[in-house]
Amino acid sequence: MSVPHDAGTPGGRFLHRLRGGLRLRHHKQVSCARPVERPVLPDVLIVPLQQHLGLPAQALVQAGDRVLKGQRLGEVDCSGGVSVHAPTSGTVRAIEHRPMSHPSGRSGPCVVIEPDGQDRWCEPSPVTDWQTREPRDLLDALCAAGVVGLGGAVFPTHQKASLGRVRGTRTLLLNGAECEPYISCDEMLMREEPHRVIDGARVLQRASGAEHVILAIEDQMGAVFDALQQAVGEATDIELVKVPAIYPEGGERQLIQVLTGQEVPADGLPADLGILVQNVGTAAAVADAVIRGRPLIERYVTVTGHGVAEPRNLLALIGTPVSHLVHHCGGYRDDADRLVVGGPMMGFSLRSDSEPVVKASNCLLVLSADDLRAPQPEMPCIRCGECARVCPAGLLPQQLQWQVRTGQWEAAADHHLRACIECGCCDFVCPSHIPLAAWFRHGKGQLKAQARERAAADHARERFDARAARLERQKQEKRERLAAKKKALRERSAAKKKTPVPNEEVRR
Amino acid sequence: MLIAVVTLLALGLLIGLGLGWAAVRFRVESDPVIDQIDAILPQTQCGQCGYPGCRPYAEAIASDEADINQCPPGGEAGIRALADLLGREPKPLNPENGEEQPTTVAVIDEQACIGCTLCIQACPVDAIVGAAKLMHTVIEQECTGCDLCLPPCPVDCIAMVIPDQDGTVWAWPEPGRPAAGGVQ
Ligand code: SF4
Ligand code: SF4
Ligand code: SF4
Repeated sequence: MSVPHDAGTPGGRFLHRLRGGLRLRHHKQVSCARPVERPVLPDVLIVPLQQHLGLPAQALVQAGDRVLKGQRLGEVDCSGGVSVHAPTSGTVRAIEHRPMSHPSGRSGPCVVIEPDGQDRWCEPSPVTDWQTREPRDLLDALCAAGVVGLGGAVFPTHQKASLGRVRGTRTLLLNGAECEPYISCDEMLMREEPHRVIDGARVLQRASGAEHVILAIEDQMGAVFDALQQAVGEATDIELVKVPAIYPEGGERQLIQVLTGQEVPADGLPADLGILVQNVGTAAAVADAVIRGRPLIERYVTVTGHGVAEPRNLLALIGTPVSHLVHHCGGYRDDADRLVVGGPMMGFSLRSDSEPVVKASNCLLVLSADDLRAPQPEMPCIRCGECARVCPAGLLPQQLQWQVRTGQWEAAADHHLRACIECGCCDFVCPSHIPLAAWFRHGKGQLKAQARERAAADHARERFDARAARLERQKQEKRERLAAKKKALRERSAAKKKTPVPNEEVRR
Repeated sequence: MLIAVVTLLALGLLIGLGLGWAAVRFRVESDPVIDQIDAILPQTQCGQCGYPGCRPYAEAIASDEADINQCPPGGEAGIRALADLLGREPKPLNPENGEEQPTTVAVIDEQACIGCTLCIQACPVDAIVGAAKLMHTVIEQECTGCDLCLPPCPVDCIAMVIPDQDGTVWAWPEPGRPAAGGVQ
């Protein structure tokens, strides 16, 4: 594989066409018009101990403890997850189960902090000589600082980067192509703090061993390009690329396809192609963690939609209740109808605005009654093929939905259900209003659950067989012992019969 | 004419002998159908099917001795998979064997345990550790939830619980059926 390298000539790269996809109205201007603000401290911060993919962190503090801003609240082994930190200084009120902005509405252990209003930092621990340090040390620093993918997947960054190290990373692809409508947090970050993003790119480059960096943004982000170009300066190994604004071009696999023409195999990873993809927000967090020694305790959040008075982007502390942010943006309008975390295509409805902002929360979308398409009755599939035409993963949704509905899991897996990225394009165009993506999300979960069950069953079979073998062996040993004893007895009695004849007479 | 008949007869005899020899010489010991059936069974090893474990039940199905609807832990999905494999019609679970229930794991009340070792002997997958007169405990990852350790316990200190559902196991429900979460 070779990635044509066009540094210094922005736009010089040949772009490949995305398969499928949709041109959606992007609705981003509404939230980009106002400058980014940092809301005042809320009365309470709710910090879930699991905000990443993997194992939950174990609490290091107790109710009543005083904590400083940036102090570690929970940790877990770096192979399983990342640490969690205090977003401000204050007192730990409780460690209890609370809803934690998860699609399931599920509760989990959260550290509840009452801020003391001083916002006092603990001692930062930057890696000052990061340019010369071993990549291993940088990855450890990322784990300790709680850095995860801020594009929404919240996969621990140090794990993803080290995966690349093992297989040899050549290209670091920074993903600033925020393609879902309404969301503009990455755009505002790149506009306001381009240097943080570029610094992060350098650290990630060092940590992953990538030779060069591609930073992809959407072609409609006008001001961003200039800001980034200034931050890049004379460097020749960072290439800025504008990609057309087609949904879901910002998907990891889709972006790689557009930029390099290569397809990541359905059961493979970008690392197989020597590419490490990171979101630009993640890069900024990486810079904070390594260069400034500050853990991930805040993020850009877009608060937008027709149901909120003043849509804008906020720099919000992790753990801030959603209601506090909406309040900062002028509160709800009268016709606010639904609160969604994430975008309109892939987001999920939040049950209550008392739930906290977590590392995964890129956007709070308040939809008005007008925005919501009145739920249309579902009709049978008419096999129009529209869904297959727009599917960026090249799947046959009409076929798959039938297989998922009727529980033909093997057939669905053979038709690459696992490759579905749940983008919702098929849903969007389906004239029969079939909730295709929702079925596929469900189906993918079922496939995973089945694989888990199979693995458990195989393990149990092994244990059962081992036990059966052991019991058999013990029985055999017992039999042998018995046989040996019997033989010994027989020999002894035989010996007695022969020799002790005179004795017997004597005894008599 | 005669030559042709004789030649064909001789040929048939030869091939027959060859095949007969091959059948003996290259006999496959384990019946692959049994393996395939066993691969579908959930390996809970609970004995509810009326056989002392999943493998014996698989053998019984293969020899047409048992029906395919006798395994409660496998449930409807298991029966469907068996029906698919064997080319039969799926049928509902035989209520005589029990009901399909959520997977559980055993937990020993360690205060109450008297260390009698009876549960250790009952466990089909060696998931219980402990020694005579000492407290016993269940290794959660190894437990299949077969319930076999419950009856022998003289002080009834074992309970079956639904294991902790952490976030890693959650999955989206069917659309239109918001089981656990607010589906959009
Ligand atoms: S949701 Fe899945 S099947 Fe539907 S268009 Fe997106 S990738 Fe294709
Ligand atoms: S778009 Fe809808 S109606 Fe058309 S083929 Fe796909 S599932 Fe069927
Ligand atoms: S009933 Fe129990 S022992 Fe029988 S096949 Fe099913 S899981 Fe195995």
